[in-house]
Amino acid sequence: MIDFDTLLQVLDSSVRLSIPLLLACLAGLFSERAGIFDIGLEGKMLASAFAAGAAAFVTGSALIGMLAGIFASIILSAVHGVASITFKGNQLISGVAINFLASGLTALIGQNWFRQGGQTPPLSGSARFNEITLPLAELLRDVPIFGKIYYELISGHTLLVYIAFLIVPLTWWILFRTRFGLRLRAVGENPAAVDTSGISVVRQRYAAILICGILCGLAGAYLSTGIGAGFGKEMTAGKGFIALAALIFAKWKPVPALWACLLFGFLEAIGIRFQNIEIPGVGTIPLQLMQALPYILTVIILAGFVGKAIPPKAGGEPYNKE
Amino acid sequence: MTKDKQERPETAAPAIQLKNISKSFGPVQANKNISLTVNSGTIHGIVGENGAGKSTLMSILYGFYKADSGDIYIRNAKTSIPDSQAAISAGIGMVFQHFKLVENFTVLENVILGAEDGALLKDSLSKARRQLQELSTEYELDVDPDAIIENLSVGLQQRVEILKALYRRANILILDEPTGVLTPAEADHLFRILKNLRDQGKTVILITHKLREIMDATDTVSVMRSGEMTATIKTNQTSPEKLAELMVGRKVLLNVSKSVAKAGDIALEVKDLKVTDEKGVLRVKGITFNVREGEILGIAGVAGNGQSELLEALGGFRKSQGLVSVYGHSLDLESPSGQEIRDQSIAHVPEDRQRLGLIMDFTAWENIGFGYQHEPEYSNSWGLMNNRKMRKDASNKMEKFDVRPSNIKLKVRNFSGGNQQKLVLAREIERNPDILLIGQPTRGVDIGAIEFIHNEIIKMRDEGKAIILVSVELDEILSLTDRVSVMFDGNLVGDRITRETNARELGLLMGGETD
Repeated sequence: MIDFDTLLQVLDSSVRLSIPLLLACLAGLFSERAGIFDIGLEGKMLASAFAAGAAAFVTGSALIGMLAGIFASIILSAVHGVASITFKGNQLISGVAINFLASGLTALIGQNWFRQGGQTPPLSGSARFNEITLPLAELLRDVPIFGKIYYELISGHTLLVYIAFLIVPLTWWILFRTRFGLRLRAVGENPAAVDTSGISVVRQRYAAILICGILCGLAGAYLSTGIGAGFGKEMTAGKGFIALAALIFAKWKPVPALWACLLFGFLEAIGIRFQNIEIPGVGTIPLQLMQALPYILTVIILAGFVGKAIPPKAGGEPYNKE
Repeated sequence: MTKDKQERPETAAPAIQLKNISKSFGPVQANKNISLTVNSGTIHGIVGENGAGKSTLMSILYGFYKADSGDIYIRNAKTSIPDSQAAISAGIGMVFQHFKLVENFTVLENVILGAEDGALLKDSLSKARRQLQELSTEYELDVDPDAIIENLSVGLQQRVEILKALYRRANILILDEPTGVLTPAEADHLFRILKNLRDQGKTVILITHKLREIMDATDTVSVMRSGEMTATIKTNQTSPEKLAELMVGRKVLLNVSKSVAKAGDIALEVKDLKVTDEKGVLRVKGITFNVREGEILGIAGVAGNGQSELLEALGGFRKSQGLVSVYGHSLDLESPSGQEIRDQSIAHVPEDRQRLGLIMDFTAWENIGFGYQHEPEYSNSWGLMNNRKMRKDASNKMEKFDVRPSNIKLKVRNFSGGNQQKLVLAREIERNPDILLIGQPTRGVDIGAIEFIHNEIIKMRDEGKAIILVSVELDEILSLTDRVSVMFDGNLVGDRITRETNARELGLLMGGETD
């Protein structure tokens, strides 16, 4: 039914599709581990995708596009920070506001600048991240199984894919092996413990939010200049929320986050690859059902069917002395 | 990092001198011109009622608040303490009443948090492990460095807090109400540690409302009353009665005078009651007891041994299994309701009055009516609530219970702890119930109000009511109750006639040494 080549192709596309989720999920991980719930991952990704697409089109450089994307995302992160850390506002409301803001602004500015119904013009050449062929890939492609896996699955992705994978162990190392990580986890669990040690809770939380902004920026840039070729209206399509579900599924841990995001990417890839599955006696599975798979899994995870996930204890609450 | 603090403190130089410290929060002056001298190498107690300004003063010393005026001298050097970092550098360590520990971190991680030696944790962790080893042998502060905080008993968690301060080279250790959560044995151990620290030249400031601890553990004691420092005395030259008078500003009866109980029929009977908490843990493991009319049954025990769950089950907040009958009528334990409890003439003054007994952002008159709002006396002829009657009733009850301020429209949040408790009592007792369940009646309540509350409870008993009193304060159990049972790990482990037992015996039972 499914041959090896098809399987490899599905896995290959799972990897591509999981990258924006992974980057956004790690972004959320930094933020939420520091006690700032971030429902605005979606909006930041969208703003970054637009900024990256627009800047890459104007300058013809994917790298400048990426930096613009990160910048846009950090700006929104800062808005979230000012609202929820400095002014101790409600983190959910601030996040929702960011999502609306990003959705509206990207469409409005896109239409105003490019007059293409909110899209940016298609990108090509150096305005996109191009696929990197790893050393020896061409040579090994004819070696059965391993050569093929190397050529099809491991080689041939854009730079951002490899960066995203490297960020997973890096995140783990930062969280669990460095002073920064210790304090970051502590402000998410009991900010009073950090405060009474004479460390600024506010500064620590802003640092976390900054990292969150950078990672969301990478995720957005990947969407419009890596996997895609230009920005399209609402192109994040709920990926920020799926990333949040993956974060909960992974219990706020970096390595499980990788697996969770790959699972979501895999479901998406299946939805795209197998659009007309016949099941004997039942009939054809509708295309819509296949495409809804990642969202269905999201609902299942959030409904708590996959075991109890305990979020960082101080998450969602602004820190008040006494 | 702290500077090298190895030089011996000069015996002559006081550890801390506060000169004319004042601090206001809006219109409230929490500290008025406070001057205090704490000598090096002593245990210095600070007593005062809630709201007397003790916590504010210590928060100023630890850099949490900045004083409006006044100076702080640490060993004769004028020191400014703008934040906690400065306090730590000045050699001040603080053990808060509510521990400031990260519960899912290990002991070691908590100890180094904020005092790490570099960007990577490895070296700090191994250094802390060595130092903890030394400190634990030096001061009887044993604790497993790799244990996760949430798996430790509160007594051990407190040791971690002390270790944290010592690791930061604190010379002055401030402890805020440290024994509230400890068993008597743990408290004794704590005081041994503190004396040990003092003998090594450290200075200890002990904030407490328990006069017995002041008498047992301190060298000098300072009394605060409504923001002022009213006296500083050598402990061996004073007495609990004298201190209570200084705290309240008038003579206080520390011991309740009561006659011998005249117990009547069984009012409430509990058989093989089991209560499971939200996490599925069995917290009350099948207990049996009864209470008669005209007597007070005390349930003693260290917090967290199932007393809260017991009270909540009896009060109709929580499902349970077994049998609870009131004058022969069995309660529905499967789907409990507070309404049924009230219909059986049971009044409940919950332990956590702010969470279960009151709605903090509602007014006093609303809170006094809650649970009884459907009663005919609060209704008009249309069957709707009659607010005017409720306010009138609230006003009467507040006057009778001397709730201050007597403003029925004030939000409950704005009353002091003692007055909040009086509001709950006014609501529950004035209904003239047959049975009263009361948990921690005087937690967070001023000495003056404690006297009032205790007298009300005794009065109810003498009117022939059956009372169950759950308290972690042994003194309260001993002075109020007629019979006492100790709860340990979900079981009742000892039944005693109160006047035939003593604090020592109950303390051992509370620590799990069953007979």
